[in-house]
Amino acid sequence: MPDVDSLSLAIVGSGGAGALTAGNILLEAACAAGWYGLMTRTVGPQIRGGEAAALVRLATGPINCMADRFDLLVGIDWLNANRFGAEIEVGSHGLVVSDPRGGDLPAVVARAGARVVEIPIKELANSIPDGRPNMIALGIAARLTGVDVSVLSSVIDKRLAEKGQGAIDASHAALKAGFAAAADLDAGMTLAPPAPRTTRRWLVSGNETTGLGAIRGGVRFAAAYPITPASEILEWLAPNLCRMGGTLFQAEDELAAINMIIGASFGGTPSLTATSGPGLSLMIEALGLATAAEIPVVIVDVMRAGPSTGIPTKSEQADLNIAVYGFHGDAPHVVVAPQSVEDCLFTTQWGVYLAEALQVPTIVLSDQFIGQAVAAIDRPADVAFIGHRSTALDPAAGYKRYALAAGGVSPMAIPGARGGQYTADGLTHNERGTPTSGESDHRAQLDKRREKLEAFSYGDHWATLEGRGELAVVTWGSLTGVVREALDRVRAAGCDVRLIAPRLLLPVQPKQFNAALNGVKRLLVVEQSHGAQFYRYLRAHYDLPADVRTLHRPGPLPIHRQEVEHAIAQWGP
Amino acid sequence: MTQVPAGPSIASVADLLAVAYRIEADAVQRYTLLADQMQAHNNAELMHIFRDLARAEGLHAEEICRLSGDPALLERAQSLTDWPEGESPEEADLGATHYLMTPWHALQLSLQCEKRALEFFSSVVETTRDPKVKEMAAEFVEEEAEHVNLVYRLLRKYPRPTGSWPDDSDTARAQD
Amino acid sequence: MGPVMSSIEPRLTCKPADYKSDINPIWCPGCGDYHVLMSFTRAFAQLGLAPEKTVVVSGIGCSSRIPAYINCYGFHGVHGRALALATGLKLTRPDLTVVVASGDGDGYSIGGNHFLHACRRNIDMTYVVMDNRVYGMTKGQPSPTTEPDFDTALSPGGTGLSPFHPLVIALASGANFVARTFSGRPNETADVLVEAIRHPGFSFVEVLSPCVTFRPDERAWKQQVHPAPVAATNDPAKAARRIMTDDGFNIGILYRGERRPYRPKIGGSSVELASLEQEFEL
Repeated sequence: MPDVDSLSLAIVGSGGAGALTAGNILLEAACAAGWYGLMTRTVGPQIRGGEAAALVRLATGPINCMADRFDLLVGIDWLNANRFGAEIEVGSHGLVVSDPRGGDLPAVVARAGARVVEIPIKELANSIPDGRPNMIALGIAARLTGVDVSVLSSVIDKRLAEKGQGAIDASHAALKAGFAAAADLDAGMTLAPPAPRTTRRWLVSGNETTGLGAIRGGVRFAAAYPITPASEILEWLAPNLCRMGGTLFQAEDELAAINMIIGASFGGTPSLTATSGPGLSLMIEALGLATAAEIPVVIVDVMRAGPSTGIPTKSEQADLNIAVYGFHGDAPHVVVAPQSVEDCLFTTQWGVYLAEALQVPTIVLSDQFIGQAVAAIDRPADVAFIGHRSTALDPAAGYKRYALAAGGVSPMAIPGARGGQYTADGLTHNERGTPTSGESDHRAQLDKRREKLEAFSYGDHWATLEGRGELAVVTWGSLTGVVREALDRVRAAGCDVRLIAPRLLLPVQPKQFNAALNGVKRLLVVEQSHGAQFYRYLRAHYDLPADVRTLHRPGPLPIHRQEVEHAIAQWGP
Repeated sequence: MTQVPAGPSIASVADLLAVAYRIEADAVQRYTLLADQMQAHNNAELMHIFRDLARAEGLHAEEICRLSGDPALLERAQSLTDWPEGESPEEADLGATHYLMTPWHALQLSLQCEKRALEFFSSVVETTRDPKVKEMAAEFVEEEAEHVNLVYRLLRKYPRPTGSWPDDSDTARAQD
Repeated sequence: MGPVMSSIEPRLTCKPADYKSDINPIWCPGCGDYHVLMSFTRAFAQLGLAPEKTVVVSGIGCSSRIPAYINCYGFHGVHGRALALATGLKLTRPDLTVVVASGDGDGYSIGGNHFLHACRRNIDMTYVVMDNRVYGMTKGQPSPTTEPDFDTALSPGGTGLSPFHPLVIALASGANFVARTFSGRPNETADVLVEAIRHPGFSFVEVLSPCVTFRPDERAWKQQVHPAPVAATNDPAKAARRIMTDDGFNIGILYRGERRPYRPKIGGSSVELASLEQEFEL
């Protein structure tokens, strides 16, 4: 059996079968054993009892995207699994384990040409007192992937600790039964053993690293209004902000949440909220206020498929327009976009730093894929970007909050500073902050707010740049991982290609981007947007080579590496 | 029977002087506020009238200060708080102004103020038991009577405006 | 520990003039808000508030212009969101005295939702709504407290909609102090503001403040207001009933509640940042 560096498995089941729990346990055990892993999931619309599939990829090295299709499927049942469509596509080389009483194979699985083996998962579970089908499935998965049963058992012990010894014993028994039932199965491939671990590893979701990045950057207040798929950021922050001496507060709606963090920031506390597209739409007016009054705040938008309510549980990259162009008036601000589960930590922390340094709202454009994916990553290095705001601690007589000065950033008086009294205002104002409708003040303050962003040195963090050659692929956000793996294969086949993935979307960086494109003759833009928002953004702000193509489509299905490879191959040498 | 005037109690000449000073000082502030309003609303004629009235009241206040010779007069005056509805007798009615008001209107307002002040001091005269207070209050009555007469004389210069005085063909402008 | 009081450290010589900024109000001459401004400065002087530790937060509308006219920190936010701004501020800076200023449009229409929740949360702050029963700043549309037959350009012949009772809504939602005053009695208003600021929790003061430009009929309010016939009660149901059966012109403190003001749970001393990542370690 060939050793492979990456193996992908999906566990499918519905009605409380516990497919996602099984996937989580498998991932944790595999990563504890030293493999890297990435897990996403796909679910039906029900709150509980709906159809669900745990989608797991295990690898010997760090990974940031899913494979093009699955090598292994374990179907506890297939009820409503047709809904998942191509998300659970299995390769023709693959193996499908199916419960004969679990309903018909979904069409995409049936026509794949993979081997199908039947194991009576539910029956086996029922034969064990308190046995659950997901533990049987887990045992089968252990056999097929090579993840050690004893490591799985310790993870089960940990996770089920509060359910009592009875549940733990039943789970062990079911795990063993599942493993035994699959004893003779030949997966057709073996996951190569992990290298000995030399680094500290985390098992973490993008939403969690987003929260940690916020706290590391200095955030000590968050206002929350729950929305899929951002709620986990707020749920993680609630106890952890408290432990750091800060607080999270649930608001009555997004309008309140954004205004609360603006009020808190006015009072001197770095503040943040997290939402998705519909919430960001509601917050736009207040973001304009924060821009005009020069008050730092951070808003994380975990993008989901839109427009309007869209598909709340699926990823897309179509909030670029509103994040960059959505404010009324001319309101320069900062937009950053993390590129992976791990990068959510750095980019959110950097976002806090930029907001505080520039006294401006910063939008962090994450997405459902990296937000909710759970990955095993090397522990990220500590980063020195801690938010620091220029404040007027001892304002002199005649203090002007919005004084014009080189660099555009004026020290902010925080309430409590005697002599610094001013009224923050969304109305156009003069240097003192008094409302004015005059031409010179309006112009001067617009210039100031633009200059402070343009004069700032963002360093190398503005983008990920890899590779060389006349062909370049530009992408952003969660697609960076997909494109990277695709380009690894393209290079392995002998073709030079560059990857350009901006992390800083606003303010635009023409000098740096032009330098990155130096020598590029052909450009492929890859994005998950029906309207090709990123492509139009690039056209609007940057000089592109004459030969540009796009690979763009909306969610809900992820864009796969082979689509990128195919697009490059079609372009010819 | 005359009622004891509403306002701070007056048990001595020192009290009376503090009250009288306060009345003038409040009038200065009020006329200044009205002058600022008129300035902000581009009614230059009325701005000047209110500034003149403020100046006049300021002179009265200085007079009282000289009369008193008490270094603590200002503080005593500042700490008085017992005016009904928060308005001392010579404070022009804040609700009675209009951005297009005419000098006639301003003088009518001023007339009300002076008459109220006169009534106030008259009732002090009527109700006080302290002969010194009575004597001084009577002097204030005379003063205020002169002011009232002055306003009447000024009013002769300004005819009552016709009904169209508040007409502004421009409609109101929304600002926010 | 008793209810939260923001640090009201009286200064030695506090005059209302200390709290007036040098900015000239744009309000129409005759506007009730001039009196309200007087009441604010008198109340602040009476309390001896440190200007640098006091913040007036407002939304949009004529009444909302007030922060710039007061010598303290201020926030002139967007329409309807003053209470949310103030909530974030007070939660993170409980040491500040926070007063929120709004109007009947800003506060009861677009701001209505935040009004309910601010009363419910009972965070220590004072909410002053200058009610003139019209949208003054935008030229005279009806507001949630406008009479049904008031003719306007957007609602010819009147809306036909009954106004609601903001004071009763405040009571039902949990406000800890409810009062109604009249701008034309600035000293009384100042006294009520002093008590409202001192009272722990969410204090709500509705100030009837006539709009001389779009509601000249409101000049009659001066004759119509009268003191409430009974002293404030601490029973919200009783207070609600009294208000629902009054003529809308009872002025004075109508309700003084005893709810504990909300304080966020903030961890004692903060832990090491590195301890937050322990849960992720494999």
